[in-house]
Amino acid sequence: MKLTLRIWRQSSADQPGDYQSHRLENVSPDLSLLEALDQLNEQLISSGERPVSFEHDCREGICGSCGFLVNGQAHGPRAATSVCQLYLREFSDGEVLTLDPWRAKAFPPIQDLMVDRSAFDRLIAAGGYCSTGTGQAPDGNAMPVGREQATSAFSTATCIGCGACVASCRNASASLFVAAKLAHLGQLPQGQPERARRADAMQRQMEAEGFGSCSSNLECEAVCPQEISADWISWMHRERRS
Amino acid sequence: MTNGLPDPRIPAGPIADAWRRTREGLPLISPLRKGQMDVLVVGTGLAGASAAATLAQQGYRVTALSFHDSPRRAHSVAAQGGINAARSVAVDGDSVSRLFADTLKGGDFRAREVGCQRLAEISSGIIDQCVAQGVPFAREYGGSLATRSFGGALVSRTFYARGQTGQQLLYGAYQALMRQVELGRVHLLTRRDVLEVITVDGVARGVVARHLLSGELEVHTARSVLLCSGGYSNVYFLSTNALKSNTSAIWRAHRKGALFANPCFTQIHPTCIPSGDVFQSKLTLMSESLRNDGRVWLPKNPGETRQPDAIPEAERDYFLERLYPTYGNMTPRDVASRRARELCNAGRGVGPGGRSVYLDLTDAIKAEGKGAIAARYGNLMTMYERISGDDPYKKPMRIYPAPHYTMGGLWVDYHLMSSIPGLFVLGEANYSEHGANRLGASALMQGLADGYFIAPSTVTAWLAGTPAQDVPTDHPACREALESTRRRISQLLNSDGSTPVDSFHRQLGSVMIDRCGISRHADDLREGLEQVKALEQRFEAEVRVPGEASGPNAELEKALRVKDFFGLAQLMLRDALAREESCGAHFREEHQSDEGEARRDDVNFAHIAAWEHRADGEPIRHSEPLQFTALQPSTRSYK
Repeated sequence: MKLTLRIWRQSSADQPGDYQSHRLENVSPDLSLLEALDQLNEQLISSGERPVSFEHDCREGICGSCGFLVNGQAHGPRAATSVCQLYLREFSDGEVLTLDPWRAKAFPPIQDLMVDRSAFDRLIAAGGYCSTGTGQAPDGNAMPVGREQATSAFSTATCIGCGACVASCRNASASLFVAAKLAHLGQLPQGQPERARRADAMQRQMEAEGFGSCSSNLECEAVCPQEISADWISWMHRERRS
Repeated sequence: MTNGLPDPRIPAGPIADAWRRTREGLPLISPLRKGQMDVLVVGTGLAGASAAATLAQQGYRVTALSFHDSPRRAHSVAAQGGINAARSVAVDGDSVSRLFADTLKGGDFRAREVGCQRLAEISSGIIDQCVAQGVPFAREYGGSLATRSFGGALVSRTFYARGQTGQQLLYGAYQALMRQVELGRVHLLTRRDVLEVITVDGVARGVVARHLLSGELEVHTARSVLLCSGGYSNVYFLSTNALKSNTSAIWRAHRKGALFANPCFTQIHPTCIPSGDVFQSKLTLMSESLRNDGRVWLPKNPGETRQPDAIPEAERDYFLERLYPTYGNMTPRDVASRRARELCNAGRGVGPGGRSVYLDLTDAIKAEGKGAIAARYGNLMTMYERISGDDPYKKPMRIYPAPHYTMGGLWVDYHLMSSIPGLFVLGEANYSEHGANRLGASALMQGLADGYFIAPSTVTAWLAGTPAQDVPTDHPACREALESTRRRISQLLNSDGSTPVDSFHRQLGSVMIDRCGISRHADDLREGLEQVKALEQRFEAEVRVPGEASGPNAELEKALRVKDFFGLAQLMLRDALAREESCGAHFREEHQSDEGEARRDDVNFAHIAAWEHRADGEPIRHSEPLQFTALQPSTRSYK
């Protein structure tokens, strides 16, 4: 198939950016969009142009490295899919795809489709853990966790930290990311001792990093590749009040 | 050194208690002194993050380097199926000695028994540690930890978090690490590619790293260096590894004097989504745990064109169940991979090019319902559907073997120290415990055992017994390492060619999978060696690396990696050629029984091969003999 990729090109944070269009002839519909970008980059290198920078690594939807907007949608049109798992068969022959980086104050641009998401690490460092030291653990069976409780905690623990929730929120809020971590640990007995402190510290850090407040338009839930429910955001707000 | 090898420091006496005895005999350091000692940890996956967090908690000043933007991206995140632990809680009679025996036997008796024993002993504590961190393992309704079974074992000892066990364990270790970062005990440096190891008077004292955004080369020095940089199956180009997984840190250490052990042992995973287009960049693993419920089959008739649901039972060949009645679909990875390849080579395969076999969950879905299967493997089913475009609930999945996990790596002694004093190697980066073939669900166990429990004791022992001055970053050894790294970079940037790096990497991968993949033959290996040498020369003359040394340059990153893969590939081929036997993942066609099973040679090859790099000339193969006292080598049979 044929595709036109209209890509945001910006050589560094202090340089202005603009769109550049590139045509791809003869791409297989069985390729992922990232593999199409690989193919484009080989063309650009051969013709002496700078290849497109984009983040990627595992290419199986789990590392959370990749992510950009495809026609304005974080990770593209398919629900529950990170962009590395988006295959060209989702698009029609001759289509024009516009690719933009995540745009948020807390995610400074690096180059082209790459942004700096280290704010997420600082959010975790602020309290997204259980303060336990190595070698001090009691028997894992000593504290029973019901199956439903464990499953619910797991469903929030699966957040891959891609940043799509931030990119799709009109306030660039990290509420879904923070709520997911608070709900993961807050639903387990191990997470109880620090529960209130954690909720407070992570939300304070979220503000300090320049993330906005929740815009309540549920776009975060719609684009989350792990389908984490936005209901956890209301849960988080109750956590801080309690 | 004896026999060209440093002392492997195998503890004397019975193996059952060897780790406790060793640990109790190791010297300690006062917390105050630890605060004056720097330790460098390279890589922040399961092994690196757990080691860095634990060493920091003990009081060391830790600097951790990751080439990712966040430790949460490390490839450990992708491990799916689970983590083994011997906890004799179920009625199926599991025990430490059984996990030990399965590990040693699974590795086809090419690992040290004392290491396998230690891993089995530590395993249970790992689960407790992870639970305390909040890892949401699957639970029974009553609240106790759930388990499932895995290939190569007849007991249910694999703890799991749906199909995302690696992710959850990594997040546990990452969160523990970030806590230490916040406490100021770990200095975390992200987006750093470690390109050289610095030795002073033969002792590892630092690394040269390239900042992936600025391109700046940095020198970091410390009392001790831990390499936790993962495996190297990306030498095959198409593999289940993440695209940035590389060999650079351990390969540079090898060139600085660290012995490389059993480089040819690469596990080929039987259950991957097969390849299609030339631009396909990776092979995606479908957890082996699917084989608990999935039946592997092929049509009996070669050239079958009907859809799978139109093929009646009588015309299907459930070949693993037929050939291995005891283990059936749960036969170990190497055996399952080889049988699939043979049948595909014989024209019985399905899908494009006849390069796949069916993995069929129809019976399990009928028996238990779609909901039960979705609860167990939901994310895997979705992943398959995304990539292949087929619905695995309606149509059997198509799978084919793919390079997955490298059992080879830097040689380490019982203390996880390489042949360079002060250089420790953890997790997949080292050679240890998995022998010639890793048991499923053992990689996570080894990474965490090394990081949380073993290295913190043995690194302390090394530091206690080794008085050392701090090395200034302008020490002549640092300047020299910096200069040689700079030279390598400018050579690549100044190459006059026009061919992108990936093109060479693809060709290298194709040689390696053909010559040194699921099965090997001396003639192919010799030919492969010549092809890789020729390809490397072409790479140097014809590659084009655009851009500058400064600023982000993904092509330069790739070129540095691929250059190292060329050296490693040659060592893998040499190692495969020298090992004149079939064992584990290494199947030499010349060494098989009349029934086509692997024929091991315990008289001549019951050893670890450890290769020494020579600046001018062929590398030297040393061997460390393996002793078996607790379990005598037997023929591996899964019939």
